[in-house]
Amino acid sequence: MADRSATPGPLIALRGISRIYGAGETEVRALDDVDLSIDDGEFVAIMGPSGSGKSTAMNVIGCLDAPTRGDYLFDGVNVARLSRDQRALLRRHYLGFIFQGYNLLPRTSALHNVELPLIYKGLGRAARRDAALRALAKVGLAERSHHDPSELSGGQQQRVAIARALAGNPRVVLADEPTGNLDSHMSVEIMEVLRDLNHREGLTIVMVTHEEDMAAYADRLIWMVDGRIERDAPTKRAA
Amino acid sequence: MLWETIKLAVQAIFRNALRSFLTVLGIVIGVAAVIAMVIVGQGSAQQVTSDVEKLGSNVLMVMPGQDAFEGGPGTTDPPFSLADNNAVERELSFVDIAAPIAASRARVVFGNENRRTDIVGTDNRYFAAADWEIERGRVFEPSEIQSGRPVCVLGETVRDSLFGNANPIGETVRIKALSCTVIGHVKSKGASTFGSDQDDFVLMPLKTFQRRIAGNPDVTMMYLSISDRIEAARAQEGLERFLRDLRRIGPREDDDFTVMDMKQIATMLTGITDVLTGLLSAVAAVSLIVGGIGIMNIMLVSVTERTREIGIRLAIGAQARQVMTQFLIEAIVLSLIGGLIGVVLGLALAVLGSNALNVPFTPDIGIVLLAFAFSAAVGVVFGFFPARRAARMDPIEALRRE
Repeated sequence: MADRSATPGPLIALRGISRIYGAGETEVRALDDVDLSIDDGEFVAIMGPSGSGKSTAMNVIGCLDAPTRGDYLFDGVNVARLSRDQRALLRRHYLGFIFQGYNLLPRTSALHNVELPLIYKGLGRAARRDAALRALAKVGLAERSHHDPSELSGGQQQRVAIARALAGNPRVVLADEPTGNLDSHMSVEIMEVLRDLNHREGLTIVMVTHEEDMAAYADRLIWMVDGRIERDAPTKRAA
Repeated sequence: MLWETIKLAVQAIFRNALRSFLTVLGIVIGVAAVIAMVIVGQGSAQQVTSDVEKLGSNVLMVMPGQDAFEGGPGTTDPPFSLADNNAVERELSFVDIAAPIAASRARVVFGNENRRTDIVGTDNRYFAAADWEIERGRVFEPSEIQSGRPVCVLGETVRDSLFGNANPIGETVRIKALSCTVIGHVKSKGASTFGSDQDDFVLMPLKTFQRRIAGNPDVTMMYLSISDRIEAARAQEGLERFLRDLRRIGPREDDDFTVMDMKQIATMLTGITDVLTGLLSAVAAVSLIVGGIGIMNIMLVSVTERTREIGIRLAIGAQARQVMTQFLIEAIVLSLIGGLIGVVLGLALAVLGSNALNVPFTPDIGIVLLAFAFSAAVGVVFGFFPARRAARMDPIEALRRE
């Protein structure tokens, strides 16, 4: 699993990416001519003050949003001009998401939550259940698979969300402030799960955070200000 | 995938069971009303048809006046006489029986009981022509008819309301100033096809009625039993020609009498029943549309409530079409559940209604399927807009929403 890439070169390559909201006087450049490459197997943290464009960068990389200008090569394929539905397919097959607020379906068991992306992938019942249970086992929640989110702690809910992101076997997991709602103890728990997945399975992770401690789990830190990358360097851990 | 979606829809619907039930109530009422209306309507139409068949040999009723509804006592055209009636019976070979009738509304009193009813002066020919069977007692004696004796025969409704379980034969009832001896009563025919009570009358000899009740020698109707060897239309034509002659109507003048064919009336009334059924069903169908708007409303609420869920689904790779399908199926399942309850309720109402109106219960699979299909169509039509709204959501916005 260490090397899933079929083609040489970076897994993610942003070339002159701008994301502009509004027009004329009220124009806002959330991303301003950004160049960024992320290799397969990297664990990258994106930091920056609010309004620096880190969330927009995340949405563009996660194909939730399309850039206004520039090229986005995902595994060598330009995905900057894809339609809404094509981007949905890309997310379905290659990307996994972890959100600050977990975003699990309420009154739905952990197992069903994890199965959700697999339904859209068109897996059969048994295969879905299998893959979901394996993903839950990876985050250490196999025995909680029938609990509702309301019966789980914040850390456990976030681990279910990680399992959901993993279930579809994605190329990249995008984590948007994954520890934002958690206390420091649980935050560490989550970060260790992510680092483990990165080390052991070679999973590529892109994480937005505003906590230095959490960013320290990554190999590489990108610091954004005003829609531009100001600093891009290995973390102490990596160095 | 489709099966998953249907399961999901059912789950979502039962998660808000009460709300869902209230939402589908419009559909339930609409479907139930349409089904009940149509089935009861068809039942009464069938009843009419069988009643018409039961009439057997055809009956023609002749009244003075140009219009059946203006005829009777109010008309200015000359009335008939007993002689006219007898001439019709004698001269027209296809008239088996002609019964003279003079009638008015009056109160009949016995002891403390009284009832307003039809007082009918006639003779024994009427029993034969209209198929009245004596239940107890007897018909009129020729001498009673000749001399206009104060005797009467009661219809079942009058007998029941004045005498209950007592034997009425030999008792004296009062009609206006006339004291009249009850000599018999006839078997019930029940309600007519259109709900009017056929048994609500008192019969007496024509002469008794003319002298003691009406105060004139008029015959206001001739009740004719027509031979079944002649076509109804030809019989009517022959009768009209004869009456024009008898009443000396010039070739350029209109008839001053009306001939009503009972079968024709029944057929016409079937038409009225059909129109009424159609109208009521249309009203019921409107409630289906109102029900559909209810579904649209609640689906819009549901889409708003589940914005975050929609965001999650879009983020993990659902395409717009799939989100659309999900909510559309939810709306369809919702209205089909309403349709199903409506079908059951409608059939139950149809059974009750058929019993109450005394018409046969004629369940019709066609209308049940139609109503069911219509409720599904309501789901599609009114679920479309909310579903499209869900499908068009931006995942980033949707996930941000609390």
